Amino acid sequence: MDTAGSIVAHDQAAAPVRRISSDAQAIALCQAGNKAAYGYLVEQYKERAYYSALGLVRSHEAALDLSQDAFVRAFRHIKRFDTTKKFFTWYYQILRNLCLNFIRDTKRHARSFSEVYDTQIMHLIDDKQDASAFAEQNELRRALWAAMDELKPKEREIIILKDIQDLAYKEIADILEIPIGTVMSRLFNARKALKAKIERIYL
Amino acid sequence: MSSASNREHMEKLMMGALDGELTGKEQAEFNQMLSKDPSMKEEFEKYKKLVKVTKTMKLKAPAPEVWENYWLDVYNRIERGIGWLVFSVGLVILLTYGSFKVVEAVINDPGLAIIIKVGILLTIGGLAILFVSVAREKYFTRKHDPYKEIIR
Repeated sequence: MDTAGSIVAHDQAAAPVRRISSDAQAIALCQAGNKAAYGYLVEQYKERAYYSALGLVRSHEAALDLSQDAFVRAFRHIKRFDTTKKFFTWYYQILRNLCLNFIRDTKRHARSFSEVYDTQIMHLIDDKQDASAFAEQNELRRALWAAMDELKPKEREIIILKDIQDLAYKEIADILEIPIGTVMSRLFNARKALKAKIERIYL
Repeated sequence: MSSASNREHMEKLMMGALDGELTGKEQAEFNQMLSKDPSMKEEFEKYKKLVKVTKTMKLKAPAPEVWENYWLDVYNRIERGIGWLVFSVGLVILLTYGSFKVVEAVINDPGLAIIIKVGILLTIGGLAILFVSVAREKYFTRKHDPYKEIIR
């Protein structure tokens, strides 16, 4: 990506084929059969896609595989994409279905967040911080990840989208195709379940 | 408003307040509710503490090479998919032509008994019907299935 925020789509030999600066432009090119233009969309959304999948399936390999597979499926149907909608919203439907199927199929081998959550933030960031309060927060964070393992996939999903990916209610509503009021009540139920699991010890 | 819907409304306002998503009017309404109900205020404080921590939770970043190769992997998968499609179409053309030639040779072969000819023709005809039937079923199921992205 260059400093102006545009990106050069590359073909297999990494030769620049065209300057692309918006989703709409990339989608129009893809719909005209330009495979390389799809690189713009993949580059734009790969991290969000990967972390969305990781939050649901809790496995690095599976998140990588499923997020890439969803990109491939989205490309196959790109001609059917309704250009009045956002690309990621449409892509997320495909990714979500793949992840939920993966969870269903691997239920007996359920993963744990302990394999994929970031432990680096558990160190004191600066000396001025209150060490005991920080330690308490770390403990709480650890307990919360364990509690997250026990949530239903849809509850985990809404927590990941709101608190970890920091999306606004409107974005979540668009992605999940539900009204904002439902986002709020689903979030309440998920946080309530999370709170109930750790309340006696930490809150 | 019934007590259940009142409660639900309060829960939504509480989430909005925690995430900074309330309008000025909604925030004022929520503040008023809190001031009237100490137990709700206590609950809100617990949620605040919970959300303060959940907002600092992060998932582990993958190795940098993952991002470098990500698009290339997607590109290769797309290309391979197209490769399989082209290969399958070519194979169907060859099989169709081969079947036609076999049928032609069987019919024109004077050395083959009628019963053998009928047997070979029925076998090839049956295979063709099965192939078309399966292909048509797959095509129509895909076309009319709203959940086609779900792997069953």
